[in-house]
Amino acid sequence: MSDTSPVASTLTRVPIIEGWFTDDVDAPHLIGSKCPLCGTFVFPPRNGDCPSPFCDSTTLDSTPLSRRGKVWSYTENRYTPPPPYVATDPFEPYALAAVELEAEGIVVLGKVATGILAVDLQVGMEMQLELDVSHRDADHEYMVYVWAPATPLSTTTGTATTTDAGGAA
Amino acid sequence: MSGDKDIAILGVGMHPWGKWGRDFTEYGMVAARAALADANIQWRDIQYVAGADTIRNGYPGFIAGATFAQKLGWNGVRISSNYAACASGAQALDSARAQILAGFCDVALVIGADTTPKGFFAPVGGGDRKADPDWQRFHVLGATNPVYFALFARRRMDMYGATAADFAQVKVKNSKHGLNNPNARFKKVNTIKDVINSPVVSDPLRLLDICATSDGAAAMIVCSMEFARKHRALAENSNAEALCRVKAVGTVTPRYPQSVLELPDIASDSTAVVPAPDRKYKDSIAWSAYEQAGIGPEDISLAEVYDLSTALELDWYEHIGLCAEGEAEGLLRSGATTIGGRIPVNPSGGLACFGEAIPAQAISQVCELVWQLRGQAGERQVEGATVGITANQGLFGHGSSVIVAR
Repeated sequence: MSDTSPVASTLTRVPIIEGWFTDDVDAPHLIGSKCPLCGTFVFPPRNGDCPSPFCDSTTLDSTPLSRRGKVWSYTENRYTPPPPYVATDPFEPYALAAVELEAEGIVVLGKVATGILAVDLQVGMEMQLELDVSHRDADHEYMVYVWAPATPLSTTTGTATTTDAGGAA
Repeated sequence: MSGDKDIAILGVGMHPWGKWGRDFTEYGMVAARAALADANIQWRDIQYVAGADTIRNGYPGFIAGATFAQKLGWNGVRISSNYAACASGAQALDSARAQILAGFCDVALVIGADTTPKGFFAPVGGGDRKADPDWQRFHVLGATNPVYFALFARRRMDMYGATAADFAQVKVKNSKHGLNNPNARFKKVNTIKDVINSPVVSDPLRLLDICATSDGAAAMIVCSMEFARKHRALAENSNAEALCRVKAVGTVTPRYPQSVLELPDIASDSTAVVPAPDRKYKDSIAWSAYEQAGIGPEDISLAEVYDLSTALELDWYEHIGLCAEGEAEGLLRSGATTIGGRIPVNPSGGLACFGEAIPAQAISQVCELVWQLRGQAGERQVEGATVGITANQGLFGHGSSVIVAR
């Protein structure tokens, strides 16, 4: 996660999408919505009506979501997704994980931290939310939430690629 | 099986699937003419057109019902244009069925056709549409459709011990099924090695595990049972075939909370307050059809399911009740789902041999049931087929299941 250090200090750091996560690099949280009437959760965050057909609330409150959860499933993109994805050149494969947050009872899909690939993941694995750089342009560094193993992978069990992640710093 | 909500399928027709990039209405007209000829009925006798929309071909695609009514020659028919993502074709059928059962018309054309771009499907239309979940998943995560297919595949591996060879076996089976299907795009027997050696797209799925996007068209002529009886009494050359009846069209949406992460969502609904329903969404699609038809999985002779990926075909075995959760690999390995087995799945060759032509696909599944039930499927014939089911899934809470019996 050393990529989150301000390597290019002239770039303004901005979230890739407004309002989905806090900008606290050390302990970021996803920002969800919570129904003030029935208590159910929603992600991505939104205003307006409660999603439950059993509830009549027409408002939702903003709430931080748990930073930790367990892998529901995962994959790894080996080809560049089409726009509006902004890809690095050359494209580097990256993993995605759907992580189940126990308290909220929701599964949230996210990218996995740079350097951690599918081979390093498993259903049920404990993950933690972090921030990473998605991409940069001339003036901005776009930040995105990512899932990272809650317990750092041991370099003895990690793959070559995982070990290289340290070198991506 | 009660019959008071049955409608008849008088004729079916398709334009072969492929990749030519031509005007989608060209393909549609071939399918429409074929279905009319198969039904032995004239266009001027059709009273209603239910079109399945395509969103990648400009305005004519959004108004498919009108587009085809005009192409065939305006004759004052009423129309509907249906968009339900990959379930659009079944929704069009459902629209025609409702008109017929309500007595507003006797005979209708159901039609869908598409021309698709190469490569990954991307959000339709340009610009930053930050509130559109389809834009969000691509921009923030690069979550293509195969990403979601892969999440389901990986879960089968980690939960039930599925292997890459199991997934490959689905492709091998379907490639053999579709080999002699004149409407299939890919007519080549694949081996397990072919699949395993194809490049990984979204781990664990490889290129040959994932269906292509195709051009193609499918159409059918549906009518009231009374119209069918009169028409067949008059038409000499259609008497030989068994009359196929639509017993059910299941087009249910999810029930809150949708606890399974589905395309194109970034998160599931929350189960913190309301527990997940006993029957999850993709199970409920087929079960709603079983309930309408008054039958169960044990009555089915064959199934056409949506193998967007090889692993998703295995999921469907469970969703439509052919086996319990976690047992699909065993069912596949037993040979039960191969033609000649107990319950052949995708005898047409499925999406593996066709690729997906979105608005036409759910209609083409029903076309295959009709050919199978009439005994006209040639080398891919499922012997003695009497009842068939289709299952299909679309984005944004769409899905369909159609049951046809003779």
